Amino acid sequence: MRVKPIAAILLRQFYLIRSSPVRALPMFAWVAMDIVVWGFITRYLNSMAAGRFNYVPSLLGAVLMWDFFTRIMQGVSTAFLEDVWSRNFLNLFATPLTISEYILGLVLTSVGTSAVGLIVMLALATALFGLSFFSLGALLVPFLLVLFSFGIALGVLASALVLRLGPASEWLVWPLPALLSPFVGVFYPLATLPLWMQDIGHLLPPSYVFEGMRAILAGETFSAGSLAVCAAIAVLDIMLAAYFFTRVFRYAIRTGLLARYSAESAA
Amino acid sequence: MADNGTGSAVRGEAGPVLSVAGLSKSYSDVAAVEGVSFEVHCREVVGLLGPNGAGKTTTINMILGVLSPTAGSVLIGGIDLARQRSHALAHANFSAVYAPLPGNLTVAQNLRFFGLVYGIPALARRVGELLRQFDLERLRDTKCGLLSSGEQTRVALAKAVLNRPRLLLLDEPTASLDPAAAQTIRARIRNLALDTGCGILWTSHNMYEVEEVCDRVLFLSHGRILLEGDPRRLPGEHGAATLEELFIRLAREPLAEPLQRAG
Repeated sequence: MRVKPIAAILLRQFYLIRSSPVRALPMFAWVAMDIVVWGFITRYLNSMAAGRFNYVPSLLGAVLMWDFFTRIMQGVSTAFLEDVWSRNFLNLFATPLTISEYILGLVLTSVGTSAVGLIVMLALATALFGLSFFSLGALLVPFLLVLFSFGIALGVLASALVLRLGPASEWLVWPLPALLSPFVGVFYPLATLPLWMQDIGHLLPPSYVFEGMRAILAGETFSAGSLAVCAAIAVLDIMLAAYFFTRVFRYAIRTGLLARYSAESAA
Repeated sequence: MADNGTGSAVRGEAGPVLSVAGLSKSYSDVAAVEGVSFEVHCREVVGLLGPNGAGKTTTINMILGVLSPTAGSVLIGGIDLARQRSHALAHANFSAVYAPLPGNLTVAQNLRFFGLVYGIPALARRVGELLRQFDLERLRDTKCGLLSSGEQTRVALAKAVLNRPRLLLLDEPTASLDPAAAQTIRARIRNLALDTGCGILWTSHNMYEVEEVCDRVLFLSHGRILLEGDPRRLPGEHGAATLEELFIRLAREPLAEPLQRAG
């Protein structure tokens, strides 16, 4: 794997974001709005609870982590969609660029764009609503890494779906996190769900993160075994997503889908 | 390019920069390209001609590695595209009217981006050279989507020679250009082959252009090569007054198989 082609993917996204406020704004505007809205909701709930329960870390912390995951996923898929929108596949893939270099370029782009969102969210949640994210202790790092990994996997999967199904299928990308959210228990314990939903939830790494977050905030422990399981699932998901993208890419090369991708009819 | 007969003079200078053997592409039971074999040599401009749907773009897409063949092989500079895709494509580049560079990047940004993709050393200097060579300096900070057709063609050509390719594929490079701009572009491309020693595979529907530029032409129809030879001699050899007349005849009524190879 070579550094320059990966840097090229990053540089292109940097050029696009730098020249377009429309691209720069979503990096932090919507997550900032989420933090503000949920911040006031938690403040209201805290006033109702009259000191019996602090909703800030459990609710606002969950919103922050879920938004971080969403930004990671959309960071990958939006960078991919830039090539769809500018009909760049032919120019891009008739070069020495390899699939792994391309995907890594998308991932690093997402790291950059989602880091901006994370910093804005942390600043707002801490300054305005007194969220102390470090109350999660050392587990904060693996929690974020698991969400990051699963976000990458989902972003690569979404990109593969758009490549396979055609440009019009981009609408599939945006609601994917919302489709998963009921199963991962962002705001409630998995035990609240019917058994079949719990079973699905156990296959999704964010479920473990949110369960663990609630356990720690309640003064309980989060087992190293659970952490290992969700990390393993997240790594497996990345590998499966990369494999799926590669298979779809090969299909697109074999069938001519890539060569004529700009035509909607190719879908 | 100077008239050199059948191109034997240029062929003698080096091995083929492109070697296509038995290339075929089928979709279900429909053959888009069938058993196409040819070579392009150093400093040679080869015209790939044929009516719409003949298989020209399908052939070019297979050479570019964005479409896998059903059968056959593509060697770029002796490197097997199927086995060493990345290595082989490092020696090729292309420009096609249907593949414009991203319109939301400026001329200089596009050249920097593709320069990094190709891993060009001393990229800033190379981009500067190309901006001067293709008269793009005043447009360096203009978004490509805002350029005229002629300007976009110049940018696409600048990108196509970024990596000093041994093989350059040009799919209708002068389509949508006015005659004066087309003549300038033809002269640039001709000089490219002479100066850099690259081999060029060129598709066009403009027979005047083909006669002017190409050392050798391949007539493709229904996915097969029907004729091959010097564009200035072929019409006479097949009882046609001009290359255009021969093209029209072939497009409407392909030659019988034994006659095809005689060309």
